[in-house]
Amino acid sequence: MKTNRFWSWLFLLLGVAYFVFPLIGTFEFSLKMRRGAYSFDAYRTVLTDPQFQATFGYSVTMALATIVMGVVLVVPTAYWVRLKLPSWRPVIEFITLLPLVIPAIVVVFGYIRLYNTSSWLPLTGSAMGTNILLMFGYTTLALPYMYRAVDTGLRAIDVGTLTEAAQSLGAGWITIMTRVILPNVLVAVLSGAFLTFAIVIGEFTMAALLNRPAFGPYLQLIGANRAYEPAALAVIAFGITWLCMGLIQLVSRFSKLPNAGR
Amino acid sequence: MTQADTGAAGTARPARRRRLPLAWLGLAPFMLFALLFLILPTLQIVTGAFVDQTGGFTFKNVVNLFTPSILSAYWISIRISVASAFLGCLVGFLMAVGITIGGLPSWIRAPLLTFSGVSSNFAGVPLAFAFLATYGRLGLVTLILRDWFGVNIYALGFNILSFSGLTLTYLFFQIPLMILIVTPALDGLKREWREAALILGASGAQYWRMVALPILWPTLLGTFALLFANAFGAVATAYALTGSSLSIVPILLFAQIRGDVLQDPHLGYALAFGMIVVTGIANFVYIWFRTRSERWLK
Repeated sequence: MKTNRFWSWLFLLLGVAYFVFPLIGTFEFSLKMRRGAYSFDAYRTVLTDPQFQATFGYSVTMALATIVMGVVLVVPTAYWVRLKLPSWRPVIEFITLLPLVIPAIVVVFGYIRLYNTSSWLPLTGSAMGTNILLMFGYTTLALPYMYRAVDTGLRAIDVGTLTEAAQSLGAGWITIMTRVILPNVLVAVLSGAFLTFAIVIGEFTMAALLNRPAFGPYLQLIGANRAYEPAALAVIAFGITWLCMGLIQLVSRFSKLPNAGR
Repeated sequence: MTQADTGAAGTARPARRRRLPLAWLGLAPFMLFALLFLILPTLQIVTGAFVDQTGGFTFKNVVNLFTPSILSAYWISIRISVASAFLGCLVGFLMAVGITIGGLPSWIRAPLLTFSGVSSNFAGVPLAFAFLATYGRLGLVTLILRDWFGVNIYALGFNILSFSGLTLTYLFFQIPLMILIVTPALDGLKREWREAALILGASGAQYWRMVALPILWPTLLGTFALLFANAFGAVATAYALTGSSLSIVPILLFAQIRGDVLQDPHLGYALAFGMIVVTGIANFVYIWFRTRSERWLK
């Protein structure tokens, strides 16, 4: 058993070393902009760059729009499937898993061919139309995670009884959705939302191919032209991902408290 | 499930005749969205791969994929995906064994799983930056190895912009994904199975070879397929890392969509179709093995 534990420690330490080196390396590199001394110059340059502010703002807006779109699309659907059409579950589940099978680059290639200026729905003809198309693209990317999160959340509550109770109190479908179902799966929705945010904020392929001024293409541009700023941006991006995952942990911990009391 | 059924029947009884169309309508927005922004775009590409310039049916585009430059792009993509999936599975499995049944203290488990959740989502352009800053020609690890240990990894043939560099980089999201998937499977190994094997005189190695691994095999193979598809479809990391100097399939397709480098738009469709076929097969393998593994691990 002792040798067993020795190997466990060894593999763990090797693995941790593999993950920690790039983080330390990136951080150290990002501090080296000023010759001969460590400084936060690279961060200052990045954060004061108007391009950074514009693209980051654009991506945050896109992420929020994607989250709203995802919630509006997924929560009623998952609810409806659980309530009325349980036999459709495998079909819906299969569709939500498709974005994992079809690479994003293929989907966006299809968008460009299907919604170009000479098509029946010329979304790429205007900036707003392309923004909407990109948001839809992001919604498909987030679909597997959003649907899984919401469906797990719905499993924990008694959808049928809640609906009947609300109906016998005179609630309509919109009231049921917004005031009964949504608050009950809020934690699941929030986990899905934070994950969506982490995915959308640095997404490169779709934004680049649809030519939108998003954060991902900006990162790539900086990476191709500068030396130290990319490292600073990588540290910032890692921080954002960390933050999103931390928030997921936080909200799911909050959700466990009332359950434990039941 | 039965509760939902009775609930549905109960609420719908007064309007029995209208029940079917109404229930369908509830799924209409989702179906419409999936059709317009997921299924039709993909079908557009798939059918485009079998259509020639004049609109007639042809296999020519797919046949044209079998030229040396495109075949070599697929070949290097597949090699990188296999290597990073294999190493990801191996290292991820060993680390997961450590935190589940390997006797490591239990406080390690939660932080490692959280970190895995972060790292498996930390892909794309920033990941490429991190590895350039660490293993690039002036990267921290490169310099430490050169100055402290006298080992110049670039003289030894390593290059972050190559097969080995890309594989090393992809492991950053492959290993955590493996850990996240295989940890529940390892938790499912019942203690009694090990005890029973030991009582019957099996050694530790025999237990692993004849009991644990056969049970875990579907999970391992399935996750391998998933990691393969994961690496095969990754565009952003590779593009930010190598620009267009390394000709792998996603980058070739990216360049084709941006500026028709292949001089034939229909070849682009075929290239994308080939990607769907490869990731489709990998995902099918994953789902197939997953259903098999669920038989044992409940």
